[in-house]
Parts: sequence; C-alpha cells; structure tokens
Amino acid sequence: MPVTDLTTWDILRNLALSTRWTILLSLISFVGGGVLALLLLPLRTSSIKALNVISRAYVDLFQGTPLLIQLFVLFFGLPLIGIDTSAWLAAILGLSLWTAAFLTEIWKGCVQSVHKGQWEASASLGMSYLEQMRYIILPQAFVIAIPPTVGFMVQIIKATAITSIIGFIEVSRAGGMMANVTFQPFLVYGIVATIYFILCWPLSQGSRNLERKLNVAHRNQ
Amino acid sequence: MNYVFDYGWVIPYAPMLLAGALVTIGLSLLGTLGGIALGLGCAWTLSWGPGRARPVVHAYVEVIRNTPFLIQLFFIYFGLPELGIRVSAFTAAIATTVLNVGAYSCEIVRAGIQATPRGQVEAGTSLAMSRTEVFRHIILFPALERIWPALSSQFVIVMLGTSVVSQIAVEDITFVANFIQSRNFRSFETFFVSLFIYLALAAIMRGLLDLLGRRIFPRRYARD
Repeated sequence: MPVTDLTTWDILRNLALSTRWTILLSLISFVGGGVLALLLLPLRTSSIKALNVISRAYVDLFQGTPLLIQLFVLFFGLPLIGIDTSAWLAAILGLSLWTAAFLTEIWKGCVQSVHKGQWEASASLGMSYLEQMRYIILPQAFVIAIPPTVGFMVQIIKATAITSIIGFIEVSRAGGMMANVTFQPFLVYGIVATIYFILCWPLSQGSRNLERKLNVAHRNQ
Repeated sequence: MNYVFDYGWVIPYAPMLLAGALVTIGLSLLGTLGGIALGLGCAWTLSWGPGRARPVVHAYVEVIRNTPFLIQLFFIYFGLPELGIRVSAFTAAIATTVLNVGAYSCEIVRAGIQATPRGQVEAGTSLAMSRTEVFRHIILFPALERIWPALSSQFVIVMLGTSVVSQIAVEDITFVANFIQSRNFRSFETFFVSLFIYLALAAIMRGLLDLLGRRIFPRRYARD
C-alpha cells in the first residue's frame, strides 16, 4: 500500500494497536521490579551494615545513571555472557532492574515512616523481627505505600518510551515509523503524546486522590 | 565465553567523551535555570497569582508530567516545523528540558508553599507587609528551604533524562558513546564507560547541590 494512502484513521488504529505492548511492558516491569524490590527491601532496612551497603550501592547505581545507558549496557552486554538478547529481553530486564531501585527506596521510606513506638511495642510483646514485620510494620507500611507506588507507575509507563531506542516496538517506536512514512510528525507525535496521557493521567489523579483520602502523613497528628 | 574485555579501545576517544560531558552539563544547567524560573512562576500563579491563569498552568503541568520526555522532544523537534516553527536540535533539547524542570519544580514548590502555616501569613499581613513582600519573605524562602532535597533530586533525574536528546543528534555523552561504539565495535565497554561518567556527574551534582543548599539555607543544616 502506498504510504500516502494512510489516513488519519489508519495512523490512529496502528498506534492504538501498538499501545498494548507499552501496557504489557509496563505491567511486566512493575511486577518484576516489585518482586525484586521486595527482596531488596529487607536488606535496605536491615541493621546489618554490609547488607545496607550492598542494597544502597544497587539503588545508587540504577538511580545515578540514565535508563537509556542501562538498556544499552544490557543489550550489548548480555550477548557477551552467552545470552541471546532480543529487544524484548533487554527492555524487560532493564526496566525491571530500574523499577526495583526506585520501588526499594520508596518502600524503605514507607517502612521507616511507621512510628518507632510500633517497633518498641511489638518488641515488648516478645515478637521476633519477622513477626514484627509480618504483623505490625508491613501492614501499616503497605497503606502508606499505596499512593507513591501508584504514582511511580506513571514513571514506568513513561520510561517504556525509552525502550523504543533499542528497537522494542511499542507506541513510541510505532509513532516514529508512522511519522517517517506519512510525513505528518505533528499529528503522529500529538496522538502518541495523547495516548501516554490517557494511560498516565488516571494514575496520577488516582495517586493524588488516594493520598488525600488515606491522609497517611497527618493521621497521627 | 571467550570475549576479552578491553577498555583500551575507549581511551583514545576520551576528549570526545569530555566534549559530550560538557554538552550534557551545559544542557542540564541551562535547562535547570530556565526551568526553576518557569516553575517558580507557575507555583506563584497556582497559590498566589491571578485565578484566571491557573487552569492554563494546571494543564501545562499535567500534560508534561504525564507524557514521556522523548515524545515531547520529538514533538518539538519533528512536529513543530509543520507549523513553521523550526528550531535547532540543541534549542529543542533545551526547550524540552526547561518545560520538564518547570512542571516538576512547580509541583514541588507548590507543595512547599502549601506547607506554610497560615498564622505566619497572617502575622506578616499584620506587620503591614504587602502581598508581594509576604510571598517573598514569608512563603517562598522557607518553602524553598523545606523542599531543597526534593528539588535537588529532581535536577539530578532531569540531568540523567537528558541522555535521550542523543536521539535528535545533540552531541551529548550518549550520542558520543553511540558514535564511538560504531567505530570501535566495542559496544559494551563503551557504554559501560559512559555509565560511569554519568554516575560521576550525578555524584558531583548531588554534592554541589548539597553545598549550595548549606550555603543558601544554613538554618536547615544547623538543625541537624
């Protein structure tokens, strides 16, 4: 089909279809990063210094370098250790590792914001560290963590755009292709931006509303 | 696996990487300064300024915060020429950075302003201060003091985010790294080296922002 025959409707449909890869990649990265963050969280909040240093180094490395370079290093580095790398694998792995660094730090803050008296009270009941975490601290930290975690999902969705640079075909990459064949970059990138906005805005609003509703920060005052 | 890591391939390109680092620094500095001005203006409008301008500021902040930097960059660089607005790659990169820093710092500053106790504003008014004086002396400065850590991390995040401007051929660290790996075919080593340049830049930036914070807001640190 000659490219000039692409109507606005065709562009819109193509971009909408490629959005599923953006959504899927965001979900996988959120779950992957979340699981990894849950594993890192005990290290980050531990009182053993060595564990703290290791988890801190992890967080600093991923928060102190651009996601794009992390993706490049993975994309070109994994084949060197014998892993056949596709853009899919590098994108999922890179985004999950990056997400984990941020979620670990966000959740650390949530665990630490549980009042110190709660630790002392549960310790005075003879609870072990694990029991304290399981029954007293984590349930409270969980509620505090909901609004910032929902807010961070917006960052993940936006970050998936960067995977287009290593060749992962999601809505940004599809947009780039559409802009090239139709010579209508204004329209195409306008639509792509709108799609991201439709995905992200409900989450930002949700995060804001939850923050107001749960009002966690001022509940004890 | 019999790949031999050899970072010697990257060393001859050190001057190029340095030039790239200067572009990244320059871009971040200009973007941050412009963005702070824009962010302060927006935060003032939202909390203190004319009511009619507020929906516009809200819309701007929400659009920027809910769309990717890369798409904003492409929109400005590739999209706007269709309307007859043609800008160079570097200008497009700065404009996008300013717009981003502006939107994020607006929200951060606003949070700081909202945390100002009502009584302090009333106390200022009772001392016959004008609205502008109240905003400047009682609201803005303590607000900035309160939010300095959040603001500094945002600046570092923006600096790292500028790596995607390499996609419109702005010759920053990432662009240079891409060029080098296309010459020496040592992709992993080249990107690994650039990873550490960014890490060092981020560390230096954090340190400088902390020093600056101690300079401007000595009270905040005296309390610790």
